[in-house]
Amino acid sequence: MGEKGFSLQAAVVQYPGRPALGPLDLSVAPGEILALVGASGAGKSTALRLLAGLEQPASGRVDRPAGARTAFVFQNPTLMPWADARTNVALPLELSGLPAREARPRADIALAAVGLGQRTTARPRQLSGGMAMRVSLARALAVEPDLLLLDEPFAALDSITRRGLIEDLHRIAGTRAMAMVFVTHDVEEAAYLASRVVVLSANDGRAVAGIAIPGVLPRPQAWRADPDYRAAVETVAEALAASMRVAA
Amino acid sequence: MKRLIDVLPALLLTLLLLAGWEVACRLLQVPVYFLPPPGAVVLALIHNAPVLAESAAQTFWMAFKALVVAVVLGGGLAVLVSLNATAERAVAPLAVTLQVTPVVAIAPLVLIWAGLDHADRAVTALAAAVAFFPVFSGVLTGLKSADPDLERLFDLHGASPLQRLWRLRLPSALPFVLEGVRVAAGLSIVGAVVAEFVSGSGATQGLAWRLLEAGNRLRTPDLLAALACLAAMGLALNAVTTAIQRRVLRSLA
Repeated sequence: MGEKGFSLQAAVVQYPGRPALGPLDLSVAPGEILALVGASGAGKSTALRLLAGLEQPASGRVDRPAGARTAFVFQNPTLMPWADARTNVALPLELSGLPAREARPRADIALAAVGLGQRTTARPRQLSGGMAMRVSLARALAVEPDLLLLDEPFAALDSITRRGLIEDLHRIAGTRAMAMVFVTHDVEEAAYLASRVVVLSANDGRAVAGIAIPGVLPRPQAWRADPDYRAAVETVAEALAASMRVAA
Repeated sequence: MKRLIDVLPALLLTLLLLAGWEVACRLLQVPVYFLPPPGAVVLALIHNAPVLAESAAQTFWMAFKALVVAVVLGGGLAVLVSLNATAERAVAPLAVTLQVTPVVAIAPLVLIWAGLDHADRAVTALAAAVAFFPVFSGVLTGLKSADPDLERLFDLHGASPLQRLWRLRLPSALPFVLEGVRVAAGLSIVGAVVAEFVSGSGATQGLAWRLLEAGNRLRTPDLLAALACLAAMGLALNAVTTAIQRRVLRSLA
């Protein structure tokens, strides 16, 4: 683990009235894409919130490089309905102290990068689900994060829109050295996007498997037809099934 | 045109009821002091128009001031309390106490404080006390209604309490605030009338005083005319606040 990476070390989280999650060990380095899979309630979202510093572990450690910028993409677009796309994307920049006259042009650039350069003044209700999710992605990328966290970001979209967004994310991730962690239920999505897949146990949220996916990032389109990709999907699917059998 | 079709059934029913009332009064020869026919009420409305208009203006003005006071105090207190959980736990029981105490019961006390020379101030204060709670609870509920993931986003990017209030919680609260103000507007008129009743003896000359005066003298047509004014004022206020609510919500979503 380099000193620019992010990690959880034996992190335990305790919510009142529920069994503890962890201890969980997890690390992600710049340029690496980590997929978190596991049963519902295995603590995938909790792991993201720990990495983001939004939650503190009851015991264990969270290591984040000093001054690291983090961005979060939620399952829903989570846009302010009363504000246009530009204002939504500029929000994190303005919250961290950038004046609006500097933040808004940067928001326009981020929107253009996700193909929404023409829709900067649209309100969220004027956008389709896929476009709203792109605005959400632009909002995360506008802060130029060192760590990008995505909590099942494409789960609510139809498969074509979803495929397009994954390609975009893949392309954008390849252009900068940020660490990325995303939670997914989709084994193929995990094997396509990630350089490493971590499977969390349904029982207690420990990492029960870490599977390295071969191939240099960003992967070509043809990767989905590669036998290595098919094999990786199988390996992840088996590990996921095993993590749930332990619970049953 | 569609608006007309919407209100037509209610209008027809009202006319039908009024006609039935008029006919019944004439056929059964009901004494006018007991139940005057609608025609007599209309005549009383025309005859008393200047006095009624003045009284209506006074009641409306007192209710309006009460509403402004309730919005400023209720809304302001809710914003302050929303910034601190301990403050909320301290203030909430007091606000509920104010809400469950009948306005009639505190009226004599408030009258003593305001002084009989300033009965209108007492009426305004009492009406404000009635209108306070819906504003307070609406604003407080609204401020806590923001999307939890947006709250996390504000956490993540280190938003100050003021940024969070101004850019997230107040816009999220707006629908609740408007609903609270709409309810409070109706209640401020109710509160003004009740308070005027209690202050009595013509210390204020609003519509409630016209009701009392006409009742005491068995001038039932005058009483019903004042009542009609009061109902019309309530309906008008409700229509205005509902229209504002709709317009703001449309521009917000």
